Amino acid sequence: MLSLIVFLPIIAGLIILAVPASQKQIIRIVSLLAAIAQGVIAVLIWRHYDPTMAGIVAAPGGSPFGSFQLIERIPWISLNLGSFGPMTIEYFIGVDGISITMVILTALISIIGVLSSWTIQKQVKGYFILFNLLSTAMMGCFVALDFFLFYVFWELMLLPMYFLIGIWGGPNREYAAIKFFLYTLFGSVFMLLVMIGLYFSVVDPMTGNHTFSLVAMADQANYVKGSILGPDSTTWRYIAFIVLFVGFAIKVPMFPFHTWLPDAHVEAPTPISVILAGVLLKLGTYGMMRINFPLFPEVYQAGLYIIGVFGAINIIYGAFCALAQQDLKKMVAYSSISHMGYVLLGLAAANSEGMLGALYQMFNHGTITAMLFLLVGVIYDRAHTRAIDKFGGLASYMPVYFGVVMIAWFASLGLPGLSGFISEAFVFVGAFSAPITRPIAIVSVLGIVFGAAYLLWSLQRMFLGKRKPDAAYELESDGHGHEHIHFHDWNGKLDLDARELTMLVPLAIIVIALGIYPMPVMGMLTTSINKLVQVLAPVAMSAVK
Amino acid sequence: MFEMPSGAEIQSIISTLRAGAGYFIPEIYLSALFMVLIILDLVLGHRKNRILASATIVGLLGSLFFVFQQHAIPDAEIFFGMYALDRFGIFFKYFFVLSGILSVVISMEDEELNRQESGIGEYYALIVAMVIGMMLMASSTDLAMMFLAMELVGLSAYVLTGYLKRQPRSSEAALKYLIYGAVSSGMLLYGFSLIYGMTAQTNITKISMELSSHGYDPLVMIFASLLVLAGLGYKMGAVPFHFWSPDVYEGAPTPVTAYLSVGSKAAGFAMLMRFFFVAVPHGKAGVEDMLNIDWLAILMIISAASMIYGNVVAIWQKNVKRLLAYSSIAHAGYLLLGIITMDKIGTQATLVYLSAYLLMNIGAFYVIVLISNKIGSENLEDYKGLGKKMPLAGAALTVFLVSLVGLPPTFGFIGKLMIFTALIGKGDLYMWLALIGIMTSVISLYYYMLIPLNMFLRESDRQDQQDVKLGMWSQVVTTVLMVATLYLGLFFQPIAEFAKYSASMFGAVLN
Repeated sequence: MLSLIVFLPIIAGLIILAVPASQKQIIRIVSLLAAIAQGVIAVLIWRHYDPTMAGIVAAPGGSPFGSFQLIERIPWISLNLGSFGPMTIEYFIGVDGISITMVILTALISIIGVLSSWTIQKQVKGYFILFNLLSTAMMGCFVALDFFLFYVFWELMLLPMYFLIGIWGGPNREYAAIKFFLYTLFGSVFMLLVMIGLYFSVVDPMTGNHTFSLVAMADQANYVKGSILGPDSTTWRYIAFIVLFVGFAIKVPMFPFHTWLPDAHVEAPTPISVILAGVLLKLGTYGMMRINFPLFPEVYQAGLYIIGVFGAINIIYGAFCALAQQDLKKMVAYSSISHMGYVLLGLAAANSEGMLGALYQMFNHGTITAMLFLLVGVIYDRAHTRAIDKFGGLASYMPVYFGVVMIAWFASLGLPGLSGFISEAFVFVGAFSAPITRPIAIVSVLGIVFGAAYLLWSLQRMFLGKRKPDAAYELESDGHGHEHIHFHDWNGKLDLDARELTMLVPLAIIVIALGIYPMPVMGMLTTSINKLVQVLAPVAMSAVK
Repeated sequence: MFEMPSGAEIQSIISTLRAGAGYFIPEIYLSALFMVLIILDLVLGHRKNRILASATIVGLLGSLFFVFQQHAIPDAEIFFGMYALDRFGIFFKYFFVLSGILSVVISMEDEELNRQESGIGEYYALIVAMVIGMMLMASSTDLAMMFLAMELVGLSAYVLTGYLKRQPRSSEAALKYLIYGAVSSGMLLYGFSLIYGMTAQTNITKISMELSSHGYDPLVMIFASLLVLAGLGYKMGAVPFHFWSPDVYEGAPTPVTAYLSVGSKAAGFAMLMRFFFVAVPHGKAGVEDMLNIDWLAILMIISAASMIYGNVVAIWQKNVKRLLAYSSIAHAGYLLLGIITMDKIGTQATLVYLSAYLLMNIGAFYVIVLISNKIGSENLEDYKGLGKKMPLAGAALTVFLVSLVGLPPTFGFIGKLMIFTALIGKGDLYMWLALIGIMTSVISLYYYMLIPLNMFLRESDRQDQQDVKLGMWSQVVTTVLMVATLYLGLFFQPIAEFAKYSASMFGAVLN
């Protein structure tokens, strides 16, 4: 079932390949069907998932696959490397609490992405083939439990993304696309070296062979003494941790590796921004939780303070940058940087509350930011500009739009009752209760204030007050005392149309519902998070040694 | 004074040769094919290009059968230690035949080549001659034989490079190639003569025994190694012996460029491995010379320099063929990484990398020929907007280029993976080399992506409607090459196994 959810989009892509390029509607529908099927499977997985099983790592004496669920494990490549013994690569996928949240998020965002791509008119066939490829790669990353497989999916994302930004993007798209590509590749090529090093350092307890299995790698007992990343090779383990961390941090993106993100977001078309902010950024923090931290727990413990500081920088720096933006989309992009900082802060807390908050924040940020970017797209479609100063008084002319904007904006600033509040609250509870991160948390709280500042300020400038003299739309009076506005070159519905509502309303419902009752998502991940904290704890480390 | 051998000696020589001939069938067969092609060229009238090409392909395919039969024969040295039949050589025999076939496939498409007024003539025969020469290069175990084999490859290549007689750039390329080739042959020969002077042997195994049992003057040895390296480095196109390659690659007919960049380079590597693994003592105590550098250190420097120089200079290239020329310098550096590990995994990695390089580089050149047939240009500028008009060619070229960068899921990634696998855990020095390799491959992404960038991200500024539709045959070949690059990126086991089997030939000398 997991394979199906991973490869459905690629199958759709192959079908699209056979469809003539002029049949745009068929191409769109095929993609949508694949995405919906993914969604259905995701719901089935969610229903089927047993939240009492932890995953993360194989229990001593238990199944070598750990308590992962929906495992599929097929030998893929087995090479005899002479003195190194056989090199085995497996097609090994499965889910635990950490990944299932992300799988559901990916399926959800994929559907939104396809719907949002409906208005793409340029080279529709190529667009959807790349889109589906990207979709498969993202999903694959979240379920892969073999490092090699993970790496293949991870790199597979780059090329479609490059073209999606580069062909369908804005005026400065060439620069943004190659910048994205080079930054992320720079991070991941070093990951390749670590991956090989890990392979030589870890043996599968069942077979005694070296392995790429992340489950085996997460258990420190499986590391060979004297190997390059073995327990006694402290220097290399620190280097490997830092290399991995930078690789994932580029994706998050963590200050100072964040500069590709505003460029990529501003140039990318709306659906790609949605995918980028909704799913791709989470791969960075997911990678940290799945690979970076559990594989090198002692380095993680030593680096908590630094991770926390970077998290705080992200939160505050991102908020400041957002405050300074004139371009609405750039503001949302910087708000993403700020909000991903909360995830880092939660991860630095190294306790259940913080970790839980971090993972829940990843899910919530995915849905909220998707909404934000969709809403930016809505206004950009109409006004062909995103300059915040070109609007004013929109609330009275586009009431439905304003209503949805209110939900998204307030969810983003963490208003109680909306999902963002709960995850941020958990992050702060975790960060305050850990002595290391307490001072950082105190500083980071300022981020909430600044977050409220840029969000409310933009809300005020765009929606409240009166139309500005140089606004991007004209006022028209219908002669009965009512005033309407009119955008140039826009013949569609002034307020949100059906397609836009189809995308936004479910997201809004999720944001509200999970803000009131978070258990449907949180319930799935608590066991895994507790296990992860246990694996990462210094006590567990010394016990293994 | 030279003495006439007695009758009995002549008898024994003849019987040895006769016995050796049984181990030499693919080469003999290809020599026959070479002659058949020349005769066919003379017999056939006009419009013979297709027939000649098809005959070459069929002939080369036939030779695969004879190579295949050699699997059953145990490793042996023949012709008085001049030549070896072993699995290392067999790997390269397959390699060269395949590269020959693919070059012929490209040549069939190249309109520039087929439009030649003087006809295609002995072009295909020369390709076959080069296949023979490269096979000899890979399997020779004797200094004299090595030199002759290299000259056979070189001479065929000079003629092929200058094959577009009406094109000044082609002639210029051939002349440059010839001059550089002559100089490097001279250096190689000088190096060989020094080694012969030290050991009084020409067989590489005997040289090795002689050197390790009687010792040698390290200064002379390092000098000889340098000279030999210069000769081989020229064939491999590694820094600092690369100066010919951008001009030659740009000027030569594109199929020949493809052939040179893959076949002749691989032959250089095959010879390098055989010569240095077997002939030069290494890894044993007391072989470090007074300057405290050994040939391994030299190779490391060459490798690092090639990776950095090739990848950095390629950034500024405006011509696609020239761009790939610099990239091929960089790839020589990556291939050397596998050799300097001096172990079986490294050798295996080199062989896998070469296989990947064969597929992706030939694939890239094939698409370049297709494009140049349509737009008559190899300039990056003229590639603008082509992706929309030629989606298949654009997609395939992107796959080949991504494979050249070394990203999954392509065969090129597997090559890089194996190379880095061989490097990791060998020590800090090797780790630094791996880091250089990693960093430079990020740089390479930038210039490789310039091609898709122009094809897909930019709009053409040409007004005229070009007919850019590809023929059925071109589409099929492109698709096959592209799918193979992707397929082998996911399921590379057979090739890696075969490479391992071939590398095991050096069981006695490598770890």
